[in-house]
Amino acid sequence: MADAALSHAPKPKGATAVIVFADGHVAWGRGFGAVGDAVGELCFNTAMTGYQEVMTDPSYASQFVCFTFPHIGNVGTNADDVEGACDAALGCVVREDVTDPSNFRAMGDFPEWMAANGKIGIAGLDTRALTRRIRIQGAPNVVIAHDPDGNFDLAALHAKAQGWPGLEGMDLAKSVARSCHEDWTGGHWTLGQGYDTPGAEGRPHVVAMDFGAKDNIFRSLVKAGAKVSVVPAEATFDDIMALKPDGVFLSNGPGDPAATGVYAVPVIKRLLDIDMPIFGICLGHQMLALAAGAKTAKMFQGHRGANHPVQRVGSQWGETEGLVEITSMNHGFAVDGDTLPAGVIETHKSLFDGTNCGIAITGKKAFGVQYHPEASPGPQDSFYLFEKFVGELT
Amino acid sequence: MPKRTDISSILIIGAGPIIIGQACEFDYSGTQAVKALKEEGYRVILVNSNPATIMTDPEMADATYVEPITPEFVERVIAKERPDALLPTMGGQTALNTALRLFESGVLEKYGVTMIGADADAIDKAENRQRFREAMDKIGLESARSGVATTLEQAYAVLEYTNLPSIIRPSFTLGGTGGGIAYNKAEFEKIVREGLAASPTTEVLIEESLLGWKEYEMEVVRDRKDNCIIICSIENIDPMGVHTGDSITVAPALTLTDKEYQIMRTASIDVLREIGVETGGSNVQFAVNPDDGRLIVIEMNPRVSRSSALASKATGFPIARVAAKLAVGYTLDEITNEITGATPASFEPTIDYIVTKIPRFAFEKFKGAENKLSTAMKSVGEVMAIGRNMKESLQKALRGLETGLDGFNRVEELEGASKDVITGRLSQQTPERLLIVAQAFREGLTLEEIHAVTKYDKWFLRHIEQIIEEEARVVKNGVPGDAEGLRRLKAMGFSDKRLATLAVRSIGVAGGMGETQAKRSGLLHDTLRAMAGGTSEDEIRKLRHKLGVRPVFKRIDSCAAEFEAITPYMYSTYEGPLFGEPECESNPTSRKKVVILGGGPNRIGQGIEFDYCCCHACFALEEAGYETIMINCNPETVSTDYDTSDRLYFEPLTAEDVLEILSVEMSNGELLGVIVQFGGQTPLKLAADLEKAGIPILGTSPDAIDLAEDRERFAKLVNKLGLKQPSNGIARSQEEARGIAAQIGYPVLIRPSYVLGGRAMEIVDGEGQLDEYMQTAVRVSGDSPVLIDQYLRDAIECDVDALCDGTDVVVAGVMQHIEEAGVHSGDSACTLPPYSLSDDIIAEMERQAEALAHALKVVGLMNIQFAVKDGEVYLIEVNPRASRTVPFVAKAIGDPIAKIAARVMAGEKLVDLPPIKRKIAHFAVKEAVFPFSRFPGTDPVLSPEMKSTGEVMGIDSDFTAAFIKSQIGAGVTLPEGGVLFVSVKDSDKDFVLPAVKKLAEIGFSIIATGGTQKFLTDHGVAVERVNKVAEGRPHIVDRIIDGDVALIFNTTEGWQSLKDSASIRLAALESKVAIYTTAAAAVVAADAIAAQRGGTLEVRSLQSYYG
Repeated sequence: MADAALSHAPKPKGATAVIVFADGHVAWGRGFGAVGDAVGELCFNTAMTGYQEVMTDPSYASQFVCFTFPHIGNVGTNADDVEGACDAALGCVVREDVTDPSNFRAMGDFPEWMAANGKIGIAGLDTRALTRRIRIQGAPNVVIAHDPDGNFDLAALHAKAQGWPGLEGMDLAKSVARSCHEDWTGGHWTLGQGYDTPGAEGRPHVVAMDFGAKDNIFRSLVKAGAKVSVVPAEATFDDIMALKPDGVFLSNGPGDPAATGVYAVPVIKRLLDIDMPIFGICLGHQMLALAAGAKTAKMFQGHRGANHPVQRVGSQWGETEGLVEITSMNHGFAVDGDTLPAGVIETHKSLFDGTNCGIAITGKKAFGVQYHPEASPGPQDSFYLFEKFVGELT
Repeated sequence: MPKRTDISSILIIGAGPIIIGQACEFDYSGTQAVKALKEEGYRVILVNSNPATIMTDPEMADATYVEPITPEFVERVIAKERPDALLPTMGGQTALNTALRLFESGVLEKYGVTMIGADADAIDKAENRQRFREAMDKIGLESARSGVATTLEQAYAVLEYTNLPSIIRPSFTLGGTGGGIAYNKAEFEKIVREGLAASPTTEVLIEESLLGWKEYEMEVVRDRKDNCIIICSIENIDPMGVHTGDSITVAPALTLTDKEYQIMRTASIDVLREIGVETGGSNVQFAVNPDDGRLIVIEMNPRVSRSSALASKATGFPIARVAAKLAVGYTLDEITNEITGATPASFEPTIDYIVTKIPRFAFEKFKGAENKLSTAMKSVGEVMAIGRNMKESLQKALRGLETGLDGFNRVEELEGASKDVITGRLSQQTPERLLIVAQAFREGLTLEEIHAVTKYDKWFLRHIEQIIEEEARVVKNGVPGDAEGLRRLKAMGFSDKRLATLAVRSIGVAGGMGETQAKRSGLLHDTLRAMAGGTSEDEIRKLRHKLGVRPVFKRIDSCAAEFEAITPYMYSTYEGPLFGEPECESNPTSRKKVVILGGGPNRIGQGIEFDYCCCHACFALEEAGYETIMINCNPETVSTDYDTSDRLYFEPLTAEDVLEILSVEMSNGELLGVIVQFGGQTPLKLAADLEKAGIPILGTSPDAIDLAEDRERFAKLVNKLGLKQPSNGIARSQEEARGIAAQIGYPVLIRPSYVLGGRAMEIVDGEGQLDEYMQTAVRVSGDSPVLIDQYLRDAIECDVDALCDGTDVVVAGVMQHIEEAGVHSGDSACTLPPYSLSDDIIAEMERQAEALAHALKVVGLMNIQFAVKDGEVYLIEVNPRASRTVPFVAKAIGDPIAKIAARVMAGEKLVDLPPIKRKIAHFAVKEAVFPFSRFPGTDPVLSPEMKSTGEVMGIDSDFTAAFIKSQIGAGVTLPEGGVLFVSVKDSDKDFVLPAVKKLAEIGFSIIATGGTQKFLTDHGVAVERVNKVAEGRPHIVDRIIDGDVALIFNTTEGWQSLKDSASIRLAALESKVAIYTTAAAAVVAADAIAAQRGGTLEVRSLQSYYG
């Protein structure tokens, strides 16, 4: 059943899952979660907490996440730590079999939750070796399959991996974003209380374009004092203006910004033309940059983790110029800092590789950051961005 | 932001002697700080009384003061050196307190010294309970509810808001005596009453009980631009109630959701900002209610700590080094992460492995002390282990601990015990609790039941349960014969030795018998052996190698493989093949290499001194052009700094772990050999296995070391050389021991064979004591025999450290002990050079040293202990390896003898190496420091069993001054006047008489008990008689507790008298009264007091002595 192009170790006893790489490599493991197979890009994430948030982050659509931390699932799953109701990540690769959860917040265990949400897990692999491979060779296209009986048609899986076109040029935002307008309510989370619902009265109105947003972005906007309405990725300029926004938010999301930009960038350009205050995160940041005339590119090695240092650049920061924020990141495409046109300034850069992490458009209340100030998972150093955006809305 | 140019010289205060709670982690931190600041071009001045530290090596700081760390002495250093700045955060609590006092007394202002890192206000805010609580209130963080009461009524008022259970602590009592936990009102009232009575200030602190809550630590670093990063989170497996230093801990935190973790992260940073730690590292401790996540701040340390050392080793992020750079003005983004070489220090390390720390205890050294763990730290060392999963990490830690464990060894006394008995044992916070948890699973207790008693988080319990389930499978089926099955077990951290033990049990199961029966049954024939996978460690290893199941090495890279690591800092694990072969990142080089085996966890008798030697071996061999490879598992040490050796393996020091590393290292380049003689007993014990595996051992052969330790072989050599030894014999039974002792004549010195630090060694006065000893000693040392020596009463003991290259011998130092023979050499004060020995005697010792070095074919270091009695030199013992005194000798004479020895071991000759000074014009006195106050109930008396945790050095041009400095450095205050209490045994009376007379002359009033009083009165000394404890009150102990006594000379004859006087020593300890329990030390102390009255001791840098 294995075709000659495949290179793999003999199938071990008890192997119930497999990763088949487009290049013909095969790695065996033990399956958990959903049964079946899926195709996508394999990337790694170095965060040590927040696996449920990662798995529900719509930006991971069409991606599998290889967790570098060996023990995943320790605290089970709960209803609050969900970042998006859509498909989000396809599945995950972990080193260790998941053990029973232990945390007072746990409502269920991770493998069952994975199964219920259609996500495939594979455990028992050398995730560090896999991570090093991704670092050195770039994120591969793979199929991950899980069969409790351990029967796999490797050739077919290989063909599927090879046949997948890859994320570049792929517009995924539409498939994971909301399809209709929604009035957002949840805000600040506190231990024992969950998310508060402060009501909308007298608050500046932010219309958020959902390209596959993490819910915590909306919660953060509410926490910062806004009333939030969410509109689909394909909302038109008129759709947005009909809601009488005081500001527009551009969300994160999966896929290639250039592809999504085909329909979103013209809308953003018009919003810029009327000096609408705009705040973009991740994919939203990239599309703001595209609308302003910059270019984006796929990174050889994306940034995914909760420990990434980002530095504030530029004299507009005053005393806090040079300050470092520890940020949560999840992106495989980035704004090319060399292509920023006049009137667009770089406000943040990655201290790991110098890539662009933030822009502002001079003379306008429009800015974006590549990283995730909403955290979840990750450090909350950058919440000030929400306060800045909402605070400037009149 | 550039570094500060307004300061050019910086004073660093070290932590002083190694004590419980303040160990060699501060040498690690301090050494990093000194190096980091020198790199930046600052002139660094260092004060540290501990000669065994790397930081006090003369080439480290620009001016090194081995002087007592007291405000008075540090002020003298400041007056002399006039530093611009003081960095107080590197030397633990000692440095912080000293700095604070210098600030408060105006010394810093007077000399224009700025505090960098943390200022006085921040230190005070963190240390002062009330201010800290207010600060936490201000930023909205909860503290444990508590209140102070001086009456029962007040106590009830406090109870209103603390609720039951409550913890009651009497103020100002030693070791928390008189306190406790109250679960009901009756208990509350009882404990409060007792506590009020026990407290000298009639005051108790009542605190909300957080027992059973989860405990966490966060290591935070902040720079002057307010960039804050978390280096590492640490989760305690032992919940609240056990001091974090005594807790088994893991990194990172494993049972928190991201939301909870981020709350803790933000809180930690808020704490640093509010307390006002401007730059550097701090540690913030939290308690978390496992039922609802309620978070309570316990405390914060505005300095580097034991935990920051652990966090540094766990992540590869050098907190102390970075903190030192931040203190002089750099910001985190300006500092490079040396592990990757490509990214800045302004990030949060992320790890892809699990780190486990297990503390090591020494309760067996302190008779009478209970092995209960509480909120006062008692451990003397720790092991850290790294594995790719919890099970591997935990089992590696257990075997790295070197307490005879190969993993979760069975707790035999609980086999078949009732559930009540097991639950009872589980409920006690003892060092064995982890093993008892495992045994409880074996005995059928459920996870829920164990959790209910221990409050260990269920996540950890489940992993232990799975290990026990796996053990049961091996016992049932034997060790798997296929690669996949065996690899699975190895990946869970099972050692070959543990698997062999389980395999033996497996045969027992097959034959329907127990393990012991199985071992003896003759059933172990080849077929069964093969079925079980082998029954010895060797057989398991052979099977494993045959199946190709070998560990791979992964890098500690601070970034979970996101970036390439350039620093080879590694640990082993077992991985399956991803595609082809399991991936190993060791990449051994093609260089000529030397492997240095470290000393493992610190313990009494094997501590920083040996780590010092291992570090010096690295430095010397690196200078000589070799690649140096360090293997060690002690996170506190300088040797496990990735900077110390070229390559570092953080691994347990067992034959299995070391041989696998050597196998990989030998796959490329040339292994010149392994150094096993520098790390104490730990590496020596591995020598046989290494030799058997054909690994070259550098320096003196392990056989020569064995010869020196083997009584019978050694006696032959001594006879051949015509040297004199105290008469001795070996006994394997109580009967034999009685016979030999009678033949030698009491008193005799008795001890088990092969010991370190004089474990279970005792002076025995008669048959009754001998019998009791034999019953306990045999239990201590298993089947091995006991050694019985003639005890040379009142002899002068000497230590000699020498080097030999096979041709030449150089005696580097002759040390005369202050205490007479019979006190363990590690516990006695000593002086270099000797202060009362004739040149002839010294020459004779040197002659004998030379003869022994040649006879034992020593290549490297050698230590010899002599006793001198009536002009005769007796040979006590020889250790042809690095000894505890090596760093002291090196500091005293100013020559790096460990370095020279390492190069000799690598093949160089002494004539080609820098010469070693034979004569010095000053005195260096070493004094030991003891942890008695940590062990209530134990008798603080010196004996042949080593009990000290650390040492200080006093150095001066004059012996008396050096001695006084050593006493002050060790925390002993020599009074200038007051009441001297004398109670000495008959044989000491003549000897101490002149000293007592001298003290009486300079104004001391003398009190004494019956016999001594009569003797002194008869010899013309005015003495007040005081009751012995047995003679009724008020007695001497009452006088001591009343603060009436300033100095005590108390020596005892025989066992009974020793027992009777224990309360005197305990009272002295509690009341912090200077006490001398040997006549020799008493006489020296009296001389010193008389000589120094009113005088001032000068401070001088080490460098100036060597000039």
